Amino acid sequence: MTEPQAAPVAATPATPATPIAPAAPAAPAPMILMRGIEKCFGPVQANQGASLEVCTGEVHALVGENGAGKSTLMRILAGLYAPDAGTVEVNGQNVTGWTTADAIAANVGMVHQHFMLVPTLTVAENVVLGREPKRGAAIDMARALLEVQELGRQFGLEVDARACVRDLSVGQAQRVEILKTLFRGARVLILDEPTAVLSPLEVRELWRVLRRLRDGGGTIVLITHKLDEVMDVTDQITVMRHGATVARMKTAETSPAEIARAMVGRDVVLAADIARGGPPNEHDTPALAAPRHPSAADTTDRVRSAPISATRAEAALEVQNLVVAGSNRPRAVDGVTFHVRAGEIYGIAGVEGNGQTELIEAIAGLRAAISGTILLGQRDITRASVRARVDAGLAHIPEDRHRRGLILEYPVEDNLILGLQHRFTRGSQLDRDSIARNAAEKIGRFDVRPPDAALPARALSGGNQQKVVIAREMGDRYTVLLASQPTRGVDVGAIEFIHAQLRAARDAGKAILLVSAELTEILALSDQVAVMYGGRIAGILRRGEASEETLGPLMTGAAGGSAGVAGGSLA
Amino acid sequence: MTATTPPVAASQGPPPSASVVAPSQTGAWRTRIEETLLPPLVALLVAVVAGDILILSFGQAPGAVYRLLLEGTWGNAYGFGQVLYKATTLVFTGLAVSFGLRAGLFNIGAEGQLAAGGFAAAVVGLLLPAGVPALLAVPVLMLAAALGGGAVGYVPGVLKARFGAHEVIVTIMLNFIVLALLNWIVAAKLHVPETLHTPQLKAGAVPRFADFITPFHGSAANVTFLIALVIATAVGWYLFRTRGGYELRATGLQPEAAEYGGVRVATVWVRTLALSGALAGLGGINYVLGYKHYYEEGFAGGAGFLGIAVALVGRNHPVGVVLAALFFATLSQGGLAIHALVPKQMVEVLQGIVILAVAAAVPEVRRVLRLSRGSADA
Amino acid sequence: MRLLDFLAQTIRIAVPYLFAAAGGVMAEKAGIVSLALEGFMLSGAFCAALGGFYTGSATVGVLSGIAGGLLFGLLHSVATIRYRADQIVVGIAINLLVVGLTRFFLRLAFDSSSNSPRVPGYTTEVSGGNALLGSFANPLVWMGLLVIPILTWVMYRTPFGLRVRAVGEHPQAAETLGVRVKRVRYVAVALSGVLAALGGVYLALDQHQFTDGMTAGRGFIALAAIIFGRWDPARAGIACLLFATAETLQIQLQGTQAIPSQFVQMIPYLLTIVALAGLVRRSVPPAALGRAE
Repeated sequence: MTEPQAAPVAATPATPATPIAPAAPAAPAPMILMRGIEKCFGPVQANQGASLEVCTGEVHALVGENGAGKSTLMRILAGLYAPDAGTVEVNGQNVTGWTTADAIAANVGMVHQHFMLVPTLTVAENVVLGREPKRGAAIDMARALLEVQELGRQFGLEVDARACVRDLSVGQAQRVEILKTLFRGARVLILDEPTAVLSPLEVRELWRVLRRLRDGGGTIVLITHKLDEVMDVTDQITVMRHGATVARMKTAETSPAEIARAMVGRDVVLAADIARGGPPNEHDTPALAAPRHPSAADTTDRVRSAPISATRAEAALEVQNLVVAGSNRPRAVDGVTFHVRAGEIYGIAGVEGNGQTELIEAIAGLRAAISGTILLGQRDITRASVRARVDAGLAHIPEDRHRRGLILEYPVEDNLILGLQHRFTRGSQLDRDSIARNAAEKIGRFDVRPPDAALPARALSGGNQQKVVIAREMGDRYTVLLASQPTRGVDVGAIEFIHAQLRAARDAGKAILLVSAELTEILALSDQVAVMYGGRIAGILRRGEASEETLGPLMTGAAGGSAGVAGGSLA
Repeated sequence: MTATTPPVAASQGPPPSASVVAPSQTGAWRTRIEETLLPPLVALLVAVVAGDILILSFGQAPGAVYRLLLEGTWGNAYGFGQVLYKATTLVFTGLAVSFGLRAGLFNIGAEGQLAAGGFAAAVVGLLLPAGVPALLAVPVLMLAAALGGGAVGYVPGVLKARFGAHEVIVTIMLNFIVLALLNWIVAAKLHVPETLHTPQLKAGAVPRFADFITPFHGSAANVTFLIALVIATAVGWYLFRTRGGYELRATGLQPEAAEYGGVRVATVWVRTLALSGALAGLGGINYVLGYKHYYEEGFAGGAGFLGIAVALVGRNHPVGVVLAALFFATLSQGGLAIHALVPKQMVEVLQGIVILAVAAAVPEVRRVLRLSRGSADA
Repeated sequence: MRLLDFLAQTIRIAVPYLFAAAGGVMAEKAGIVSLALEGFMLSGAFCAALGGFYTGSATVGVLSGIAGGLLFGLLHSVATIRYRADQIVVGIAINLLVVGLTRFFLRLAFDSSSNSPRVPGYTTEVSGGNALLGSFANPLVWMGLLVIPILTWVMYRTPFGLRVRAVGEHPQAAETLGVRVKRVRYVAVALSGVLAALGGVYLALDQHQFTDGMTAGRGFIALAAIIFGRWDPARAGIACLLFATAETLQIQLQGTQAIPSQFVQMIPYLLTIVALAGLVRRSVPPAALGRAE
């Protein structure tokens, strides 16, 4: 928050990135011009001095780490939020503070990261909602169906207009989202992380549609943090960090490493390089950067850990033929077998929604296994309660700390015993003294700030909230740790801290199952990497073999040809 | 449909990261206290304004009416005794509703549970041989009342845990079913001829305050009030000092986090609704053991529904519940006192307005406070 | 003839349920929990009696009843939508408030604690004395029987209905398309107040007076019908007719002691619990029902 508003782009001095400045006088009037945007949500400053300039007929990437303020900025553009300060111009008109209806009327449409579809309505009803063709007082449904089908044909977005949205696949649902904007005549299309839940085939389809739209004179803003996508389809790039815009560049004149540098805000070495053990090589690491460790710890870790995992044969966690149902799929985990040894970090890579969440929840006891076995050491815990698993030595950093990992209204000290509350009792009463002692010790050891055990967890920053979870799960005796998206939504400093903790635990002989959507994180930490695709393990690679190049095909289902559908249907 | 669903999709919220200003501890406490105390005060203000309008519409002076209201309740021993009597039942039903709400469950069935508890106590009291000492009979009848109410509360608990049936609808519907069933049993099997009530208890009556404190003469206040205070203390102890309470509140705040923390959420639901029903059922002893010594059709008289108001105004805290119960009891006894000047029904209007105003003020106060704090800190 | 009498009586019992259920479906489809149907009905009944008494006109009575329902519908929507108050609590509070207000104004206007004087209604006397035809001389009966088909058309065929359904299932989705979620909800809840109030108006005009608490739980039977009908207007309407038939049977059988009346009274509530528990087929509410926004 104390960071100066326009963080110097000078972190990357010798680059062609243009400093943020008003458009050069000679340039044509931009389609979108946002300047000095500020937006607060209570104490959270989502945008501070954000700007964006997009010209007609370009595909523009808006990149930045999680929480950089990209979605907020685009929601302001789409009229969902009004900015606290700053101006928004579309097509030369000042439209600051407009409503969604105004934005739609001005042909600006947005496809949200979480689909904005009404599952109980049909495709046609979803598309025409708010702009229904009428015959008398009623909706002209025949015309609506016709128009939706016709629009689909025209843009290569074919989908059955009569189908109920509930029954569509994710890819089809996204087509409906795009159809919604096109039906309203959108000339400016904003897409928020559109590929997060798509299969590779669906991603290629999407790129085809976007190029067709651009070639037809449309303007597209693509929010993403995946640099390969940026390099693939975009013309221009705007980089955001901590709510502010920090760089603008032409895709043709930049490199992933340079973009990554701007995103993170300092000179970085891409984590993928560390994992590979080679020197930093900017041009074949098209992925999100992770910060470099100031020390040389990474290299020594790698050298030291390899023999450990080779010598310890005994599996601390073993999963055999596990089948688990998901919320929408009968076999979200479809016959998975693997084991994790003590002193090993076992990474699970894959596009989100390929069964990782269900796998972790089944191991943790939060989701019933349909068949298969889960062994913790020698003990079969397949049917054990959550508490029994904890007592047997299982620790779990859940993927969503706001939903599962913390009781946000509870004070930090009460959160530091969640799941362990039965160990802090005297009779049926909670033992307040030992709870306080536990809190003081963990807060000090894991550097939770502010160091105030009575503060509700809600009042902590994301990074410190995650430290509370980690202090609780890694602060006591355990043998196996499930770490699911352990660094999601936390700041760079906390990422380094968490990675160091995971490495230290591995070196202390713990078995760690790491699930992360960030391939770089997986590559930087794991001794072995399994790739999940369509609820199955598409391949297992050892540290030396795992790389972007070898994992990529497995993640996209291109290798092995194993069946299954990536993604899933609507949540 | 629930009162406790977290505020809609995460997609609408602010991005998870960015910088968060951590308020100081004293700031956090002050916010919490203000969030708790301001809504009832706002509601009281609204109610007074509404009351003034009603009084004026009847051509009376508000000051005189309020003076009469206070004199007729806290101003003399009889009136005060009646306030205590009416508050007693409300403490039980208010605790019942609060207890459920702490676990994220809205028990609207306190009315039926109260009736069932009173009925069970009355029936067991009939079965006991005459002359059983009170020290034995009273606990037995209390247990019967708790079991009677608890059985009614258990049903929505099981239906929710097993089938996901929403407890609000089930408890509403059960009210009608239970009351109809009890009416039928009393009418068909148990009533004293020419009345709608059962015969008197053979044993287990509790003494009235008037038995030791003469000025209370004529009022129905009885030892059950003290029992209510003990039960309120026990509920507070359970909620805030025990592991069960820790898990119950966690379930109410974030069921998925509770599940992650090893809590069997479905079990907590069943247990909480059964205990909530038991608390409401215990309220039946105030009438059956302390006042009339029989069960009568319609004795609950809306005290179950008013329990929702008590829980709401008392902010789901046992201390607040006792105070709110006294407040609502004062209003309803005060209605009788002011009847000479304005219709006693005025207090029913005020009760409705207080509930409405608190319900509206709770989220509003929180919003305003968080807004002002946010901007002050930023 | 017995059959016609039976039908006529069933219809007369069903009309208030049909109005209230229609109102409840409207509000709940828009995502607002509708526990205040009872209060809306009672307010409609009282205002109808008040208006009818002072003007001597049944039509003015109907209009007054509509105004009363509108007033409390708006109160409900301001509390739940503007102030985001808990919808369940607001529903209960309005029920209590209306009971208190009708009693208070019963004293103020008619100086009675139990009932109003006789008020005008619609004639049900028809030459020939056929009870069924007689019922249809009352325009409110017609309206009551038509309200469900009309509501079905509105909900499934008009832009407003589409928006109501969208707002009750996924308000954010509707909002991103420029649908004014709050406005749709305001209108739906206000209309729900009016529709339910018409049920009360019918009761007051049919009995030619207002009596204290005359709706006697009918709002909750309508709620039961909505849930039993799985939030679909047509099915809810059928549930109303079903409940009314059971009630008529019970009245016809009274005196024969075949089934205690209390057991017949339980039927709607028992069926609702059965439907909610999914023992026959699961009744699933609109997804955004009960959420502040």
